[in-house]
Order: sequence, then C-alpha cells, then structure tokens
Amino acid sequence: MTKKRALLAGAHFMNGDVACAEGAIAAGCRFFAGYPITPATEIAEHLSERMPEFGGIYIQMEDEIGSMAAVIGASYAGLKAMTATSGPGFSLMQENIGLAAMTETPCVIVDIMRGGPSTGQPTLPGQQDVMQAKWGSHGDYGIIALSPSSVQEMFNLTIEAFNLSETYRVPTLLMGDEIVGHMWEKVVIPPASEIETVNRKKPHVPPDKYAPFMPDDDLVPPMACFGEGYRFHATGLTHDEHGYPKTQSSEVQSKLVRRLCEKINKNEDRIVKVEEIMLEDADIAVISYGIVARSALSAVRKARETGIKAGLLRLITLWPFPEKRVKKLARKTKAIVVPEMNCGQMVREVERAAKETPVAFLSKLGEDPHRPKEILEVMRRSA
Amino acid sequence: MVQEVSHPFSSYLRSAMIPHIWCSGCGNGIVLNCFIHALEELQRDLDKLVVVSGIGCIGRTAGYANADSFHTTHGRAIAFATGVKLANPELEVVVISGDGDLFAIGGNHFIHAARRNIGVKVICANNFNYGMTGGQQGPTTPLEASTTTTPYGNIEHPFNLVHLAAAAGATYVARWTTLHVRRLTQSIKRMLQKEGFCFVEVISPCPEIFGRRNKMRTGLEMMEWFRRASSVENFSDPSKAEITSKRILVGEFVNVEKVSYERLLHEKIGQINEKKIVW
Ligand SMILES: Cc1ncc(C[n+]2csc(CCOP(=O)(O)OP(=O)(O)O)c2C)c(N)n1
Ligand code: SF4
Ligand SMILES: [Mg+2]
Repeated sequence: MTKKRALLAGAHFMNGDVACAEGAIAAGCRFFAGYPITPATEIAEHLSERMPEFGGIYIQMEDEIGSMAAVIGASYAGLKAMTATSGPGFSLMQENIGLAAMTETPCVIVDIMRGGPSTGQPTLPGQQDVMQAKWGSHGDYGIIALSPSSVQEMFNLTIEAFNLSETYRVPTLLMGDEIVGHMWEKVVIPPASEIETVNRKKPHVPPDKYAPFMPDDDLVPPMACFGEGYRFHATGLTHDEHGYPKTQSSEVQSKLVRRLCEKINKNEDRIVKVEEIMLEDADIAVISYGIVARSALSAVRKARETGIKAGLLRLITLWPFPEKRVKKLARKTKAIVVPEMNCGQMVREVERAAKETPVAFLSKLGEDPHRPKEILEVMRRSA
Repeated sequence: MVQEVSHPFSSYLRSAMIPHIWCSGCGNGIVLNCFIHALEELQRDLDKLVVVSGIGCIGRTAGYANADSFHTTHGRAIAFATGVKLANPELEVVVISGDGDLFAIGGNHFIHAARRNIGVKVICANNFNYGMTGGQQGPTTPLEASTTTTPYGNIEHPFNLVHLAAAAGATYVARWTTLHVRRLTQSIKRMLQKEGFCFVEVISPCPEIFGRRNKMRTGLEMMEWFRRASSVENFSDPSKAEITSKRILVGEFVNVEKVSYERLLHEKIGQINEKKIVW
C-alpha cells in the first residue's frame, strides 16, 4: 500500500511548517495527532494530505491534551508519532509531556512559538516558551529541545528530534517560531540512503524475563510495544523496573527520577549540537538561537568589518543546555551578548555557565526579531 | 501429595500486582471479574489486548489485567486509547475507568470518541463519587447526596451516562449494576464483538466513602439498594433512564451497526493508494 512516495528527494521551495512535516515523514513518523493553531496549522494540514499516501495516520483530536495522549498511545503501539502546536496548545500538552517523560515514550512535539502569554500574538514570532520546554510539566525529568534557524533546519532537525527521541526514549521538542514556520526557503531533501534514521531498541530477552523499565548501561530501557506478547504495564505513577507502582518508596522514586534526568544529562556530549562561527579568536561572543541567530550572524560579520573580534555560538540544542560549550567559551571571551525574543530566558543559563564573564542581554518583544544593528550596538558597548 | 491450587483465572491477573488496593465491599473487583469472565468465554488472545485506565480507584484495573496495559493521566484514557487503536487496529483496546475520570475531566474525549466511532470499548465503574481522593462530588453524584464537598447535599444535576453515550453516537450502550454479574458479563462479551465505540456503565458500590455518607455503610447495603431500585428493561429510551434513589433502569439501550473510524480511515488510505481520486 505504498504507491506514493514517502520521501520527496530533491530540491524544493517550501515553508518551514511544510519542511517540518516532510522531515517527520523522512524520519519515519507514521502518526500525527493535533489540533489547529496558528502558526503551526500548516504542519497538520500538510500531514493530513501526505500521511494517507503511504499508510500513515493523521487525526485531528478534540484538543491538545487529547493530541498528546494519542501520540503517547500510538508510540506505545509501535509507531513513530508527533504532534505540533503553538503556545496555548503547548501549555495544554504539558501534563501529558510529563507522562511521556515518566513512561519514557519516544515522541516529538513541535512548538511553533508565537508571542505570549495566553492567546498573545498568534501571527508574530516569539521565543517565550523555551523555559517552559524545560520546566513545563511538574516534577523533575530530562527533556531534549532543538531550535531551528532556517527552513532547511526545520526539515533536518525534525529528523534529528525523532532520532534523539527514539535513542533516549524521551519526548523531544522542536522549538521553532512563527518566522521559521512561515518563511519560504529552499530545502534539499536528500535520498533515503543519505538520511540516517534511528529506531528504538527492542527487548533482548523473552517476555517472561522482560522488565519494561530496566535500563541498559546507557540508562535507556529497551522498549517492547503493545501486541508483541510482552504483556507489560506502564504508569505515570512512580514505578519500579517492572513498571509496577511503588509510590511509597523513596528509593524507587529517587532511582527512577534521577535516571530520567541523567539519561539526558550524562549524554550531553552526544546530544548537544551547536554551531561555532568565528569564535577562535573572539573577544566578544553572541550566543543566540532560532531566527534571532540569523540577525546575530549578520551583526557579528558587521562587527568584524569594524575591527571588533566577534563570534557567534548558535545553540541548536537548547536542552540539555550546552553548558560545557558555553563555559569553555566564557573562559576565553571578554563579554557575551544574548539577544532573545522574550524577557530573558536562556540568558539565565548563559549567566550561570559564564560565571565571571559579563553577559549583556538584549530583549525584543512583539515584532520582528532584533535588527543586526541593534545587536551590533550592544556588542560595541560590551567590547 | 499436596498439589498447588491456583485460581482458574489467575492467568488473567498480573499476580505481582496482587493484592489489589480496593476496600472490602468495593464493586471494582466485580467489574474486573466480569471483564475477565467475558475474555475467558470469548477465548480472547491476551497478547492482543490492551487495557487502559485513567486515574482513580477503578483506574488501577489496568495494572491488574495480565495484558499490555497503561495507566494514563487523569481523564486521558480514551484519548490515549484512540492513538493505540489507530496505530494498530488489530489490537482490542479496552478502557476501564471511573465516572469522574471519564465524564468530568475526560468528558470531552468521551463524546468525541463516541462521535468518531473509534473502536475503543469503554467500561465505566460509576460509584457516584471520586473514591480515590476521598469521596468528593462528581458528575454522576445524585441530587441531594452527601459527599465530602457537598456537606449540605448536592445541588448539581447528574449526568445520565447512557443517554449521553447514546446521543454522542456510541454503537452499543448498556447499564448494569454489580448485582447483575451474569448479564454484565454477557454485555461485555457483546461489546467486545462489536465494531466501533461501545459503552457499558456499571453501577458500582463505594461503601467505604459514598455509602458511609449516604446511609449505606456496607457493600451489602449498597447492593440491597441496587436490588430494590433496579429493573431490567432492554432497549428502553435512554433519555428516560435517569438514576434516582428509587429507580435504576438497567439493560441494553443501544445496539446498532455503524462503520468504525479506523475502518473508514484504512479504506480511505486504500482508495488513495489505488487511484488518484478525482473530485
Ligand atoms: C489532573 C488531576 N487532577 C486531579 C487528580 C486527583 N484525582 C485522582 S483520582 C480522582 C477522581 C477519580 O474519580 P473516579 O474517576 O470516579 O474514580 P474512583 O476513584 O471513584 O474509582 C481525582 C480528582 C489527578 N490525579 N489529576
Ligand atoms: S474508596 Fe470506594 S471506590 Fe475506592 S476502593 Fe474504596 S470502596 Fe472502592
Ligand atoms: Mg468514581
């Protein structure tokens, strides 16, 4: 039943939402559940057309709470699964993102950020959900969040998000924004042979020996799916390796929750991706992510033209925070500039890692991202 | 020679999770028992069964069934089950949960799953209150009943669940009490053999909390109420089946044939791939 092509290899001109949808398809995603919301709706619309062409499932749920629940169900039934939303829907998903973290469900959540809080600015970009990405659901848990800066990256990082979620059995967030979502750019989709996809590891023991939450050395438990004969139980309650609730045991709670955090934090070096531009001899560094990083790059180039030794650290991974990279950078630069489309979120992490190195923050709200000259101005003052 | 005796249905229970957490006199065990009998009589393959529950006393059922099982967040069992059923339509997906879980916090998922006619089978243990959290008022608490949050008597009108399910589009709707174990078992069997969204409500005693506050301190007293008040009437008008202290109408209310969401979806997928559809 796969007459239509799942992978549209070749060069295309498309918007970021569509590129994200095509990235999901390329990653092997075969289940999408969502609820319409600007500026993420085109992801759902595109997948409603594309998924059936090769046997994938598209469903519009009654709300984002249900979408997230259905995604977890589909993932446990064996499909790579995704949902896409924006701020208000992202808030509604949080409880079940916690459930996905607790039950170690591979799945991808796309948040095309707009201005918040509340209904905010549906058609304008923001970076106001990046702390929510880390701390949005109650309790402690590890999470992975990626930040695309271009339409090509909406494609590439969606694949990466699936691969990471399957590798670490963790909900993985793609934190785009209204501009990367709606902007049209060239996207090159490589042939299947050049796309690396990862599938969750399966149990290496028979059903009677299988403990669904018994981790391997990498802290990640192999995953059986429903209907495969393992007859396992999973719960959002604190549970032991067998998946059985142990809600009164500090030992079980401590072991489980620390592992959920550590399987991400201890693998920071493997997970984290950054782009380093002109940093070798930089006195002043801009640390930026998402659409803002493109302005920042232009500011850095202009600074170099005027003799300021400037460089850019672009965060592709937001969570786990690229702490080691920022620390290393802070040791050899005189100042750091952080422009963000919020009131100061990732800058807190930068300040924490930068220690003594001064950090200048440049906030922008409610309109286009920072202009290069605005960033340049702060760099001049900090240099 | 001493022979080890095990319960004939022990293979249906996840022995490591037993003993269960339920109070003595609670109806939840009867619901699980009837479900297991239905599976046994149908000789269902437990490897192809997924039991999903939300949060609550009855929500622990998923953990006790020796099948693949998932204990979701409060209210989200049906939405989770929707994902499972669509991802693998060959699985039998059964939701067993409570009145609060399915009809207060999860009410939206219930009506939309019924409207879509997704092939998920829902059993609700309706004990007229939130047992797990200590007996608060819920969407099925009768008028004037005493709960820990309606100390002066409940002033909210309760849902008539069979009417709600029928109106929302369920293909099979029945109500029984935990007194009607044989008919309940037959009803679950019938539902498991049907296509589409099916709903069985089980009026279930919570003597420990609801009963205690409403002059029925034991499971037996609650069952006596069920016996006094219930009457069996098949295919009567669900809109007239409100539960009162004097009358609990039980029976099958709806049993119709309607193509399921997952069948329509997979037929569509088939058509799209056979030929380019021209509208
Ligand atoms: C989001 C959320 N809100 C509240 C609770 C607390 N809570 C746990 S069980 C429950 C009610 C369960 O009632 P019901 O579904 O009728 O099941 P019963 O315990 O009566 O069997 C509530 C409110 C929760 N776990 N999650
Ligand atoms: S509190 Fe009520 S519903 Fe819960 S186990 Fe006890 S009797 Fe059953
Ligand atoms: Mg209840």
